[in-house]
Amino acid sequence: MLPSRTLWLLLLALLVAGFGLAARLDSQFQTWRGSRTGGDLFQVALGDSRRMFANSFYVKADEYYHSGYYPTIFDDNAAFQTAHMAADTGAVSTKNHGDEHGFLGPTRNWIDAFGRNFFPDRHTHLDQGGADDLSGSENVREILPWLKLSADLDPDNVQTYTVTAYWLRERMKNVPEADAVLHEGIRNCPDSYDIFFELGRLYYEAYHDRQRARNVWLEGVRLWLRLDPAVPRGKLPATELIAGWVDRPTNLSPVQQDNQLVMEQLTTHLAKLDEEEGNLPQAIEWLEAAQKVSETPQVLQQRIGRLRYELGLEFIPVLKPLY
Amino acid sequence: MKNISAVAGIVIKELYRRKDFYALFIVTVVICGLMAMLNIYNDTNIVRYLKEICLDLIWISSLVIAITTTARQIPAERENRTLLPLLAKPLTRTQLILGKFLGCWLACGLALLCFYLFFGALAASREHHWLLLNYFQAGLMHWFLLGVIVAFALLGSLIFAAPSSNATICFVLVGGILFVGRNLDRVALTLREPTRAIVNALYYALPHLEFYDLRDLVVHNWPLVAWKYIVLALLYASFYMAVFLIGACLVFRRKAVN
Repeated sequence: MLPSRTLWLLLLALLVAGFGLAARLDSQFQTWRGSRTGGDLFQVALGDSRRMFANSFYVKADEYYHSGYYPTIFDDNAAFQTAHMAADTGAVSTKNHGDEHGFLGPTRNWIDAFGRNFFPDRHTHLDQGGADDLSGSENVREILPWLKLSADLDPDNVQTYTVTAYWLRERMKNVPEADAVLHEGIRNCPDSYDIFFELGRLYYEAYHDRQRARNVWLEGVRLWLRLDPAVPRGKLPATELIAGWVDRPTNLSPVQQDNQLVMEQLTTHLAKLDEEEGNLPQAIEWLEAAQKVSETPQVLQQRIGRLRYELGLEFIPVLKPLY
Repeated sequence: MKNISAVAGIVIKELYRRKDFYALFIVTVVICGLMAMLNIYNDTNIVRYLKEICLDLIWISSLVIAITTTARQIPAERENRTLLPLLAKPLTRTQLILGKFLGCWLACGLALLCFYLFFGALAASREHHWLLLNYFQAGLMHWFLLGVIVAFALLGSLIFAAPSSNATICFVLVGGILFVGRNLDRVALTLREPTRAIVNALYYALPHLEFYDLRDLVVHNWPLVAWKYIVLALLYASFYMAVFLIGACLVFRRKAVN
């Protein structure tokens, strides 16, 4: 049996060795790319799996938007591919198809029929009255905790910021918080044209600040155009970039193809601004750009025609060269 | 009935002497209190997330209380060698089983009452109104669900070797039914025979505990469920309670008590 003095010395030696090893490894650990010590609490606890949880909470928010009426993994979720709370903001192109009211289908048997009395079985949206059809549209606030949690878990998810800000501004009338959410979004995702579009809407509709709205929408257009490798880099203003882009044949990059709606929204909003300010040639140019990404170019063509009419361009014969 | 209520009284006393309920109740209160303190965009009227978290905690706590309390009843009597003296008194085995069941079920009811009172107070503090009938429906359905689980756990305590294995099996089965029970027939469609027939048979044979989960309706302020459906669901639960209790009585009759 070892004497207690030896045990104490052994313990001391182990402590010294442990301390020395920790001091030796610490500098290497701090520079190691896999280190989680620099991140926030969620980053440390969950690592990259936090994105998965973030998505779950985002879906949870949409479930709240429907007051609990939501398809499970066993149900037909074709009508819920894009969160309705996002689609209803008007800035997200929807992939939904099918019957959103009847994803449960016809009753399968008596157990299924009886069971439907004990869970939400009717399609409603919180901003339209919710489950009891009596609540005010401000009840949409109930989706916010899950969106906030989702944004905390995955700060790179752009849609979380835009959806949160839209509902805060539109239904809660809480413009300062919406503004703060969007600025946080820009800090985390500086290249997001979606956030710039939403921020422009906030400036335009809530603050009635046309100049700032124009600036952020122009920045949004510039960021969207830069997704195309053919668009020149550098600090060219969006008005110059768009002129070159409209003249070129349409050749959208895959990311641009998935985000045509936001470009259409950006350009049509800019066109509206220019139209209101009497700058009709520039408004026409924005609408022509919008036509390139729009699903309904004929509607925009009518607007362009109306603006050209106002400009008097239709009465000026355009002399085309004969050669 | 006197004997049954005497046994039941002992079980209820056991619940409030043990620390399980207090610990779970305090944990629920603390977590809900912390969640209520969160600042969500300076809006103090947001309540549904809080109701959902509170109800989830109540469900977890009630399942833990029901299963663990019931699973140890008969094994503990055996282990302490009190089962034989108990049965030497004018108390039949059926009365003992019924007494244990009633005691556990009533104990769960008392625990639920405390939990739902807290839930009501929490919801009212933000919503500024009481949906008393909705909470009553949810609590009543929840209590009958626990009745089925208590009866099943009692049967399990006579079949399975140890309380721990019985409790684990109960948790797995209850969790499975709550999550998949409603869609078991759809799962069956993806399988081949004879598994399909077996799963289909299970779908009709298993107690559909998901009927008793009114959490979504309560959280999102849906209107009341029609009372005729509530009554039918309670009858359905009573049927399964009776089935498991008769099973437990039959097993216990043939069981050696020493």
